[in-house]
Parts: sequence; structure tokens; C-alpha cells
Amino acid sequence: MTKKLLMCGNEACGEGAILAGCKFYAGYPITPQNELTAYMAKRMYETGGSFIQAESELAAVNMVFGAAAAGARAMTSSSSPGVSLKQEGISYLAACEIPAVIVNMQRGGPGLGNIGPSQADYFQAVKGGGHGDYRLIVLAPASAQEMLDLTFLAFDLADKYRTPSFILGDGLLGQMMEPITIPSKLQPKEYQKPWALTGCKGRKPNILRSLLLGDGALEEHNKKLQLKFAAIKDAEVHCQCFNTKDADIIIVAYGSVARISKAAMEAARAKGIKVGLIRPITLWPFPEKIIEAAARTAKKFLVVEMSAGQMVEDVRLAVGDKAKVSFYGRMGGGVPDDKEILREIETLI
Amino acid sequence: MKKLRNRQTGKPANNGPAPLCSHSLRDVENHYCAGCGHGIIHRLVCEAIDELSIRERVIGVAPVGCAVIAYDYWDFDVTEAAHGRTPAVATGIKRVRPNNIVFTYQGDGDLAAIGTAEIIHAANRGENITVVFVNNGVYGMTGGQMAPTTLAGQKTATTIHGRSLRREGYPLKILEMLSVLPGTKYAERVAVNSAHEVLRAKRAILKAFKMQMEGKGFSIVEVLSMCPTYWGMTPIQAADRIKNEVATFYPLGVIKSC
Ligand SMILES: Cc1ncc(C[n+]2csc(CCOP(=O)(O)OP(=O)(O)O)c2C)c(N)n1
Ligand code: SF4
Repeated sequence: MTKKLLMCGNEACGEGAILAGCKFYAGYPITPQNELTAYMAKRMYETGGSFIQAESELAAVNMVFGAAAAGARAMTSSSSPGVSLKQEGISYLAACEIPAVIVNMQRGGPGLGNIGPSQADYFQAVKGGGHGDYRLIVLAPASAQEMLDLTFLAFDLADKYRTPSFILGDGLLGQMMEPITIPSKLQPKEYQKPWALTGCKGRKPNILRSLLLGDGALEEHNKKLQLKFAAIKDAEVHCQCFNTKDADIIIVAYGSVARISKAAMEAARAKGIKVGLIRPITLWPFPEKIIEAAARTAKKFLVVEMSAGQMVEDVRLAVGDKAKVSFYGRMGGGVPDDKEILREIETLI
Repeated sequence: MKKLRNRQTGKPANNGPAPLCSHSLRDVENHYCAGCGHGIIHRLVCEAIDELSIRERVIGVAPVGCAVIAYDYWDFDVTEAAHGRTPAVATGIKRVRPNNIVFTYQGDGDLAAIGTAEIIHAANRGENITVVFVNNGVYGMTGGQMAPTTLAGQKTATTIHGRSLRREGYPLKILEMLSVLPGTKYAERVAVNSAHEVLRAKRAILKAFKMQMEGKGFSIVEVLSMCPTYWGMTPIQAADRIKNEVATFYPLGVIKSC
């Protein structure tokens, strides 16, 4: 039987993790994701998993490294300043090919910033963040329901590719209460983890390492990682398109801003302006082919973000010189409303 | 005791008389400098593991430091950890696999500088893990810089006229600090500068593992170890320095046991 619940996005994320069989969570308090840490404390207790309130985000992500290295599904979450601290661990997870899920409910920055919603950590999530050549699978939910669904998916993708995956949300999504549906037949896929550290009974010892000093060894390892990232890029692009076929102007937006932009699109259509919307669900891999194809028919693109303009760079790369790309952004916790976006659309006509 | 064989050639190991320990220590050349304490301590860890018959249950966490490639010598499951996060990684492993025996092996830069928060909180949570803490008073791997444990007046790459207490602060007595935490159940300081001390060190490591097997909680063994290379000494001088200088500041023996 499907279950209906009223939850905020942070809690829905936690429930998605529980449904995915997450057995270990470590976190450190930071607004606006505290509901998630509290939810995991409760649900880990109820489901026989482990919850640790760590001494720092550094410790939290490295605890997750340990739990996931030992084969468990594991997650950590934070908001922007805390996610900066996690970058070291994320780089090691990617390097050692350890699957785990990291959640960033972004807030205004830089520095301590504020606790308003933001999308200013796009570069950090999508372009690397930590040191070295690696990619994260970055999923961008736009509702409480998707906080659950995409967290569930994040665990699956992490195990499937043996790599960390990342939920890029924002404070608005985390705090908003919405009805969610839990499908009755949601069963996490089981993955064999012959590489996990479980004690070497009956097999050769397993070693997890990222230090490769041998001649050319690290370059070989990097090539192997890049092949994996290429496979992810081929197979895992997720994206939603609305009214793009006949659109003169296409908005590109993700997360909460995609929802607000959808309202703006509808208002524009009501006024007879042919507006469409492309909403990347995976920010990496980025739906560049879909955007490129849309640029063959649409004349103009408007990228809307809660940042000074980050994803817009990827849209520009995809569009090339096929169409004009404009940007509208709010920063430091500012949230654009549909009227603002509509005004912006009207200036483009 | 079983005689070790070289894995590549299959021939009996040619490093003198039959080694004392067998399964957990690989028969390979080691990269440590002559007179370094790490090799001895690796061996003690392996002997303890073999004597307790826990090789197939052990999961080791290697540090960033000269011992980073400990897994080249240890024949059981091992992971690397980011510098100083070693106890956090061990915590994650132990929480999801409580029946495994989990230990960290850390230098004094790893444990007493960059990883101070992680070690204090792992101890304070009473994590049921074992820590082997190698105190050689310098950062070996990066070229002999000052460590928090460097003695007053000691010359290092970053204290060229000797550590000044006024400028660089005081050598950190980690075991004494950790001992005030109720979560720390066993803390002993040993050394590896003589056969006599090596035997005591072995007993301490055995005891620390046993504490974990009995579910007693956090156990730590600090080993005063030689770094002849960055002490600017011969191996024999370095061993003497442990007795005459290092152990006079860092007293040997059980600091806490409950
Ligand atoms: C985050 C980070 N900072 C610095 C380093 C460089 N580094 C490698 S080993 C080391 C110090 C190791 O000293 P210690 O823990 O005393 O071990 P030893 O080499 O003496 O055995 C440092 C600073 C690193 N690898 N990572
Ligand atoms: S530098 Fe010091 S600690 Fe490192 S291997 Fe050489 S003697 Fe040992």
C-alpha cells in the first residue's frame, strides 16, 4: 500500500535514505538542514542503523568513508559552510571509489553568509569541489517528494558506479512542508561489494587506497576513473522539458528555482509569449545535448539561478552561438518570484 | 613457527633466521630507514593479531605519514584515511561492523596535530577501537618538521635553533590528556629502543586488542619510536636518545587502565 505523509524536504531526504537501506549517518548541526540530522537520529535508532553527531563535518564525512568502506550504505548532510569542510573526504571517496551520499542544502554565502536559500555552491558540487580530477553524480530535487525519490536514486547510482553521489538542494526545499507519497514496492537494489573491508576471511585482503606512487600508476587510476565518469555521462542524464518544442524563449533553471520558473512560464504563456522550461535533474552529468538540441529552434535562453551566475556557464557551453543566453540571478539568500522572472522574460522580447 | 616464504619466488625468506611471526606480516622488503621504529611496531601489531587469531577479523586504518603504505606489509584488510581523520574512519567501520577488530595506526602529526579533534572525540565517545600511536617527535614523511610532540630545544626542519617553548609552545602529552576522558579505558606508553622495551610494547598492544575484543572501549598504546634520519643520529644513538631524553619527558608505563 502506498503511504501519504506530510513532511519537509529535509525529512523526506532522510526517509529516502532509510528506504534505500542507509545504515549509517553522521552529521554536524547547521541550518537549514537540521531537520535532516534530527530525523536521521530518530530513524536510525528505529531501524537499527548507526547515527553519530560528529565533532565536525570533516569527521562526519570521514566516518561515512569508514562505514561505506566497510560495505554499508552511508550518508552525511550539511549546508554550504559545512560542505566546504567535507570536500577533503569527498575527494578521498571518489579516489578510493567508495559509494556514499552527500547532501548539501545550500544557504547564502560566501563565508558564514546567512540561512536563506541559495544555489551558489553549483561550481563546488559540479566542477569538483575537492582536489583532483573527479566528478560527482549531482542530483537536484525540486520538491519534498523528489528529496525522497532522488535520495533513493542517489544511493542506487552510488553503488552502481562505486562513486559518491550528491544531492544539491537549498534551504527553501529543506524547510518547505509538502505531501509526499511513499510507493509500496520501493525496494533498494542489492549490489555485491567484493571490494569492501569486512575482514579477509576466505579471501585475499582488501585494500582501499588513493596513494599510488608506482611509475604511471596514478595516471592509470585516473584513466580508469575517467572511463567510469564517461559511462555515467552517457547513461545517467536526467532532465525535464516543458513546452520547449514551440518555444521562442527557454528558461533553464534547477531545484526550487525551476518550480518558480514554471509558474513564470505559465504566466508568460497566458500572455501569449511562447516560453518553455528545461529543468536539469542531474547537474552532473549535465543535459547539454538536450539544451543544444533545443537551441536549434529557440531563439533565446534565460538562465535563472539563486547565484551570481554559475550554471549559466554550462548552458552557454551547450548553446554555443546557436542562440542568445541571458541570465537572471538573486544572491545571498534572495529568492526570485515568478513576477520577477516574467518581467525578465518580457525584457527579452 | 611457520617459515615465511617470498611471495614472488616461493623461496624461503632470506632475511636471516626464521621470523617469529607469520601470517599477518608480509615477507617483503620494507622502505623504512635503517633504525626506524615503524618496522618494529608493524611487526608487533602483526604478532599480536596472529597470537589472538584475529587476522581474518581485523580491519586496519593506515595514516598519512611514513606508515601510509603499511598495507604493503600487512596481510589483512586495510584502508587509508585522510591525514588525521584516521579515528573518524575507524569509527565508521566499527559502527557498521562491530564484530570486526578495528585499529588505527597513527604518527604524531596525524594524531596529535591535524587529527586532534578526531582522536579526542573518538576516545570521548568510548569507541570500541584500538589506536597504535607512534610518537617519534617529528614529521618523518615530509622532511623532519616539528611535531606537537617535539621536545623543548629539539632541532627540526622548522625549529632550526631548537623548539622554543615561548614560540612553539609545549610538547603535547596526548595520553595524559586522553586519560582524563571517561571514554578512554586503556592507555599505556611504551618504547621500542631495546629488546626489553619491545617485549613490553608487544604486551601493551596485545592488551589493547584484548580490551576491544572484550568490548571494553577505547584503548590506545603510545609507542616512543626512533626517527634516526630526522634526529640526525645513528640508529644506536637514536635508541639511546629514547631512554635518555624522550622517556624522561614522556614517562613509560600504564597511564590508565579500567
Ligand atoms: C591534509 C594534509 N596535510 C598535509 C599533508 C602532508 N603530510 C604528509 S605526512 C605528514 C606528517 C606525518 O607526520 P607523522 O604523523 O608524525 O608521521 P611520520 O611520518 O613521522 O611517521 C604531513 C604533514 C597531507 N598529506 N595531507
Ligand atoms: S623518516 Fe623517520 S619515521 Fe620515516 S621512515 Fe625514516 S626513520 Fe622512519
